[in-house]
Amino acid sequence: MDWKKEWKALTVIGAVFFAAFYLPVGRARFDNALLEAFALAKWYAREHVVFCLLPAFLIAGGIAAFVSQASVMKYLGARAKKVVAYGVASVSGSILAVCSCTVLPLFAGIYRMGAGLGPATAFLYSGPAINVLAIILTARVLGIELGVARAVGAIAFSIIVGLLMHLIFRREETEKAAAQAVMPEPDVHRPLCQNAVFFAAMIAVLVFANWGRPASSTGLWHAVWSAKWIITSVAAVAFAAILVAWFGLTWWRILLAAIPAALLAVLFPDVPMLAFAAGVVGLSVITATGGDESREWFTSSWGLAKQILPLLLFGVLVAGALLGRPGREGLIPSEWVSAAVGGNSVWSNLFASVAGAFMYFATLTEVPILQGLIDNGMGKGPALALLLAGPALSLPNMLVIRSVIGTKKTTVYVSLVVVMATLCGLAYGALFR
Amino acid sequence: MKTIQILGVGCPKCQNLTANAEQAAQELGIEYELEKVKNVSEIMKFGVMVTPALAIDGQVKASGKVLSAAELKELLR
Repeated sequence: MDWKKEWKALTVIGAVFFAAFYLPVGRARFDNALLEAFALAKWYAREHVVFCLLPAFLIAGGIAAFVSQASVMKYLGARAKKVVAYGVASVSGSILAVCSCTVLPLFAGIYRMGAGLGPATAFLYSGPAINVLAIILTARVLGIELGVARAVGAIAFSIIVGLLMHLIFRREETEKAAAQAVMPEPDVHRPLCQNAVFFAAMIAVLVFANWGRPASSTGLWHAVWSAKWIITSVAAVAFAAILVAWFGLTWWRILLAAIPAALLAVLFPDVPMLAFAAGVVGLSVITATGGDESREWFTSSWGLAKQILPLLLFGVLVAGALLGRPGREGLIPSEWVSAAVGGNSVWSNLFASVAGAFMYFATLTEVPILQGLIDNGMGKGPALALLLAGPALSLPNMLVIRSVIGTKKTTVYVSLVVVMATLCGLAYGALFR
Repeated sequence: MKTIQILGVGCPKCQNLTANAEQAAQELGIEYELEKVKNVSEIMKFGVMVTPALAIDGQVKASGKVLSAAELKELLR
């Protein structure tokens, strides 16, 4: 036997054996943590998957398939106007970086062959931070206030960090790569406004289906809430019409897909989840079997779902075990959390941003973890600080950034993000207490 | 003998492109060598910003999208 090869297996088996031998089953805190992990997973499955995640995947997939990356990239090229480049870089993350692994090549490209360090940094920061899926889930689970603060904060943040990086390093000439950037040809076959209306209709379905019941029983918000399924249906019908008119889907197939949803809506008006799920399934089937373009849409959405759902499930289980479901406690005592990141002191904001910067959050898992933290006494300011510093930075991605721009610039970038996130957290915590 | 290079840091899209390229080359029955370029600096040398990208004999043929096996066959012919 070759022990040089076998020792790995032996170590794993040994580790599992000792873990099982000393497994703290029967201790109240451990048993409770297991229960909490599954309870939280169940809560997510019931509350957030059908109305929030499924349409969010379709929207993100649509962005990947229908918005041409090339048309955005021309604003980030070497000859682009600086003001435009910063503006585009700060928001284009939501369009270009649907897949997180595309961020770094784009960043390196904008830095070396395109608009330079400032816009490149703005893009690097905003890419993961304003991911559509992340914003949607944040608003749904943690509240619309924090969702909007995250989106607006991330955009403003990226421009400021980009400008500061440009100012700090303006004396350094960047070595432009010898190769001329190969810009993919934009293939435009649909006016921009049609795409905009398409996404607006899809977002309307998402927003109204998730409209929460307001505290008061009068006023506009309540009126919207009581009519939310009617509004959602109108938006869905409009969306179907757009698909037929501009996206070349045949009308009878759309009708075929809509019939089960409509039937379920009439038969079970009290369980809107059934009709909604049927609608999503119907749409998936006709897009998956439709023309090239709609197939690409489905493939991108499916790819995203396949990539993100396992990570999210894992994140939810870990968050549940460590922090418990809303109103409960997991493995970590609440006092620890409120001692570290409670209130809105400079210390707790700084702690949240530093922890967020170094920790690795797989896409979207920051949401259940943050929800657990808030529930265990984390302040609103530190929560935003963690959201602003967390997804954009992690130890592994710092190492890759370092390989592109060097140690000095990376250190400055990371410090800027941590300091800014702390300041934003302080301001937000003071405004919304 | 053709050299096919797949440029990308290794996301699912790059893997799809790799699979399609292999399929296309095998269906054409040509001699080929497939290389994956994963280092960001190496990718920059091709002048590619949007991954996944594909280069044949050092020439970038496509960037930012996953070509189907049929499209790749046209390029490899």
